[in-house]
Amino acid sequence: MNVRTIKAADITQAVKAVFMDLNYHIGSDILNALQTAQQQETSPIAQNVLAQLLENHRIASEEEVPICQDTGMAVLFVEYGEQVVIGDGHFEEAIQEGVRQAYQEGYLRKSVVDDPVFDRVNTKDNTPALIYTDIVPGDKIRILAGCKGFGSENMSAIKMLTPSAGLEGVKQFIMDTVRYAGPNPCPPIVVGVGIGGTFEKAAMMAKKATLRPINTRHADERYAALEDELLTMINATGYGPAGLGGQTTALGVNIETAPTHIAGMPVAVNICCHAARHKTIEI
Amino acid sequence: MKKITLPLTDDVIKDLHAGDSVLLTGTVITGRDAAHKRLYELLQKGEPLPVNIEGEVIYYVGPAPAKPGHAVGPAGPTSSYRMDKYTPALLDRGLKGMIGKGARNEAVIESMKKNGVVYFAAIGGAAALISRSIKKSELLAYEDLGTEAIYRFTVEDFPAIVVIDSYGNSVLVK
Repeated sequence: MNVRTIKAADITQAVKAVFMDLNYHIGSDILNALQTAQQQETSPIAQNVLAQLLENHRIASEEEVPICQDTGMAVLFVEYGEQVVIGDGHFEEAIQEGVRQAYQEGYLRKSVVDDPVFDRVNTKDNTPALIYTDIVPGDKIRILAGCKGFGSENMSAIKMLTPSAGLEGVKQFIMDTVRYAGPNPCPPIVVGVGIGGTFEKAAMMAKKATLRPINTRHADERYAALEDELLTMINATGYGPAGLGGQTTALGVNIETAPTHIAGMPVAVNICCHAARHKTIEI
Repeated sequence: MKKITLPLTDDVIKDLHAGDSVLLTGTVITGRDAAHKRLYELLQKGEPLPVNIEGEVIYYVGPAPAKPGHAVGPAGPTSSYRMDKYTPALLDRGLKGMIGKGARNEAVIESMKKNGVVYFAAIGGAAALISRSIKKSELLAYEDLGTEAIYRFTVEDFPAIVVIDSYGNSVLVK
């Protein structure tokens, strides 16, 4: 097996660049969806909110400032090619250093506290980032990077449904979660759903689903149809942009699925605001 | 679009109705989760506040760092409901307006009616756009909280929407 050496410093540099990039420049999937929504909305207030969001993206991109002041927690899904060896350093440290440099030098807000209950002292560099690594064949490192704000993260939920709940139970739980979130998570939202696996697997899939471009569909056409159906149902709730009414409550629904246990059907719903910031890089 | 000068007077507040789009000019104070907790605990203990909140409008925000040449970094609203626990006590102390995003609980709405207070929403996620209407930022208290410290912002034509007025009417979709 050929071994490829990647320098830790090169990983740091790539991670730093991607977090600055994704915080300033929204993806074309979101931009297109916002533009389409603005054309379709009939209420002046909804049109006005969407116009402000589009103008905000123009300013952020042009001036290279963050789209949103909540530049989130850094989340990375890594596919690590098993032929890769890290030179001059360690893989996870290299990533954390890249996140540190991006948030410190890129005028991104530091939003991480060291201890969740007692101390709650800011770590001042937005680390630790959350890194989920899969070992895959090959000699490349592929990173799906995202930053997750907590206005929408706080509106997320998981439920251990059992098989008898069926498709209707899945839809019901997703809609209950969206309705409970209402105007709070900065609609129009992106809804990431993870179905199957175990408790933690469902949650991880839901997170990953929020980082998938909204113009892609699940490979299984039954789930693809469910994504479309849920989008229609969510937009029928009428919350609209900023929760001030309208037909655009969500820009997209992405579902990820995995095999699960004979007794279970876990469903996790991770809600993301309209600033669904993510990029994929390959090193 | 109504142009409103801050501080708010009772007459201006009475004339603001849910659904009104406004442009705010004047000064506001900032504060979010951690600052609210501290202010609330001082009020509970009957101790003086580090900032006089009487007649003020508070903006729920934790800005991103400012680039050189900018008065403030991107500074959009954070979710208001997290402040609900602390809000009635602050309104009883004379706070007259709030700017945030999203829903408020019944206790807050009742206290707004009792104290004659208005709740505005700024557009969540429009942080870079909003920061253009913030001309100056001065630290007032709790420097150790960093982005969560209390600042005084000087704003000019800051875009907001009256989402809950002092009569308790709301335009948020339930």
